[in-house]
Amino acid sequence: MTKKARLATVWLDGCSGCHMSLLDLDEALIPLAGKIDLVYGPLVDAQEFPKGVDVTLVEGAVSSQDDLEKARLIRARSKLVVALGDCAVTSNVPAMRNNIPVKKLLEGIYGTIPTDGVPPLLKHAVPVHDAIKVDLHVPGCPPPAKAIAFVLGELLEGRMPELASKVRFG
Amino acid sequence: MKTLKIDPVTRIEGHAKVTIQLNDEGRVTDAQLHVTQVRGFEKFTEGRPFYEMPSITARICGICPVSHLLASVKACDDIMAVRIPETAAMLRELLHCGQFVQSHALSFFHLSAPDLLLGMDSDPARRNVFGLIEQHPERARDGIALRKFGQQAIEWLAGERVHPSWTVPGGVNAPLSSEVRDRILAELPAAKTIARRTLAFFKGIVDRFAEEIANFGNAPTLYAGLVDATGGLQLYDGKLRFRDAEGNIVADQIRPRQYAQSIAETTLPTSYLKAPYFKPLGYPEGVYRVGPLARLNVADRCGTPEADAEFAEFHQRYGRAVQSAFHYHYARLIEALYALERMETLLADPAILDKHVRAHAGVNALEGVGMAEAPRGVLIHHYKVNEKGAIRWVNLIIATGHNNLAINRSIRQVSEHFIDGNRLQEGMLNRVSAVVRAYDPCLSCSTHAAGLPDIHIRLLAPDGTLLDELRQ
Repeated sequence: MTKKARLATVWLDGCSGCHMSLLDLDEALIPLAGKIDLVYGPLVDAQEFPKGVDVTLVEGAVSSQDDLEKARLIRARSKLVVALGDCAVTSNVPAMRNNIPVKKLLEGIYGTIPTDGVPPLLKHAVPVHDAIKVDLHVPGCPPPAKAIAFVLGELLEGRMPELASKVRFG
Repeated sequence: MKTLKIDPVTRIEGHAKVTIQLNDEGRVTDAQLHVTQVRGFEKFTEGRPFYEMPSITARICGICPVSHLLASVKACDDIMAVRIPETAAMLRELLHCGQFVQSHALSFFHLSAPDLLLGMDSDPARRNVFGLIEQHPERARDGIALRKFGQQAIEWLAGERVHPSWTVPGGVNAPLSSEVRDRILAELPAAKTIARRTLAFFKGIVDRFAEEIANFGNAPTLYAGLVDATGGLQLYDGKLRFRDAEGNIVADQIRPRQYAQSIAETTLPTSYLKAPYFKPLGYPEGVYRVGPLARLNVADRCGTPEADAEFAEFHQRYGRAVQSAFHYHYARLIEALYALERMETLLADPAILDKHVRAHAGVNALEGVGMAEAPRGVLIHHYKVNEKGAIRWVNLIIATGHNNLAINRSIRQVSEHFIDGNRLQEGMLNRVSAVVRAYDPCLSCSTHAAGLPDIHIRLLAPDGTLLDELRQ
C-alpha cells in the first residue's frame, strides 16, 4: 500500500463556497478517503496546522492579521499551496472593502469596535499570492467540483494540472 | 487560574474560537465564544444598485447562498413595491427546500455525525467525515446522497450549486421545464427514504446522550421563527412569531417591515458578532433562539403528513418548548423530511410550470425589508435606497447572530459540567465544540455579513491569565 497523501484545506476570508464545491464531489469523496489523509481544515478536528503537508487548498483572501500569519505557516509547512477560488486568486468580494478605511468600516458596522480576542483587520484584503508563494491558481466562484476533482487527481498522480479549459473566473 | 482555548472550533461553518476561564480549583468560571472575522458587506455595498444585492450578498455564505438570495430579492421586491407571480413564489420556495435538504444533511452527517457515531471521546484524528466513511460507510453514503439530492435540485433549477443567479428582484429569471420537474420528482422517493431512515436511526440512539441532552444549552430562552397565518411552519415566507419557554406566544404575525419593534441589537466587546435580543424584554432577558429547534417550538404544525407525525412525537417526548440544544439535531432531521415533502407538493401542482415568473418595476419605495428562514434561522435583509436605486444603508440580521447569546450561554453550561481543569481531556473540549455544532452556526454569515468567525476555546484564570489551550 502506498502512503496516503497529506491534504490540508484552509479557509481564510471567504464564504466556504469553495469548500462546498469540494464536498460536491459527492460519491467521489468515498474513493478519495482511501487516497488522502485530511490532516487539517474546517472539516476535521486538528487544532494546529501540522508539519509535512503535501498539498494545501486555500480558500479566501488574506484579510486579517490572523489570515496573514496562518498563510505564512501554511507555506512553511506545505509542499504545494493551491489558491482555490476567486477570493484566494484575486481577493474578489473581500476586497470590496478595500477603498474604505478599516476604522470607518468597523465604526460603521459596530459603533463600539470589538477588540478583545478578535484579530485586527489588515488595511486591504489581498490575494493569497500577495502574502506567500502560490504554486497553483484555480479560479471560480466557486471552482466547479469537476475542476477540483481534476486538480486533486492530477496532483495525486504527481502531475501539475493543466487547467486552461477547465476553469473560469466567476 | 487558567485559560483554556479552543482555536479554532472545528466542523462548523466559519471561524470562531472559545475561551474558558478556570479558577484555582480547576472549575470553570466563565466561557466565551469569539467570532474573529469581519467583512463589511453592510458598508461596501453602499452606493451600488439595489439589484446587485442578491448576487453580492449570496457571497456572504457558500453554504446557504440561497437564503441570502431570497432575503435579498424579497427586500428588492419591497423596494420595487411588486407582488411577484404566484409561480415565482412557488419556485423560490422549491429552491429553498432544496437548500434546506443539503444544508441539514451537511450539518448532521458531515459535521456532527462524527461526534454522534464515532463518539465524543473518539480519536480526533479520525473524528470527521472521512472517518465516518471508513467506519460507517452506509450512513456516510446516505449523508452524501441526501446532500447531493439538495445540491442537485438547486443546480437543475437554478443553473449552479453554489451562488446561482436564477432568483431575481421580481421573481425568478426563467420558468421551470417539465423535464427538470420530472427529474427532481424521480429522485425524491430515494431522498425521502434516506430522511426517514436517518430519523428512525437517530431516535434509536438519542437516549444514549442523556448527559449531553441535560447539559447542552438546556436552559429556558425565547424562540423565534416564521409561521403562516394559521401558525404552520414556513421557510420561505410567513411572519415572525416569538414563543417563550413555557410555550406561550409572546409576539405573533410580525411583518418584515416591523422587525425593529421586536428585535434590538447590542455589540459585544469580545466578538465581531452582534447580539440581538427580544426588545420588549430587554438585554439580556430577551435572549432568544432561532433555527430548527426554535422553528419547531414556535410553529403549531409542519403542514405535511410525515413531518407532522414526527412533530407530534417530538413534542410528546420533550414538551411544547423543547429546551436542550442537543435536540437541534432531531429537529433538523424532521425539517429535512418536511422540506422533501414540501418539494413533492410544490412539484405536483400544475401551476409550478406557469411561464409568468417575473414582475418588472423600478424603484417605487425607498426602503425594503426581506425576511426568510435560513437553515440556521431567521434571516433579515433591510435596505434603503435613493431615487435612482443606489444603496444608501444596509442592515443584515443573520441567522446565527440571533443565536449568539444563547450559544455563549450553552458553551458556559457545557464547560461547567464537563470540564475539569485538573484532568483535562480532549473529549471535554470536544463537547464544547459539539454544542456549538448543534446550533449549526454559519459564522461566515453571522458577523453581520461582516465576517467569517473563528471560534477558539481558551481556559483563563479568574484574573484573566491564560491557563491552558488544548493543542494536539
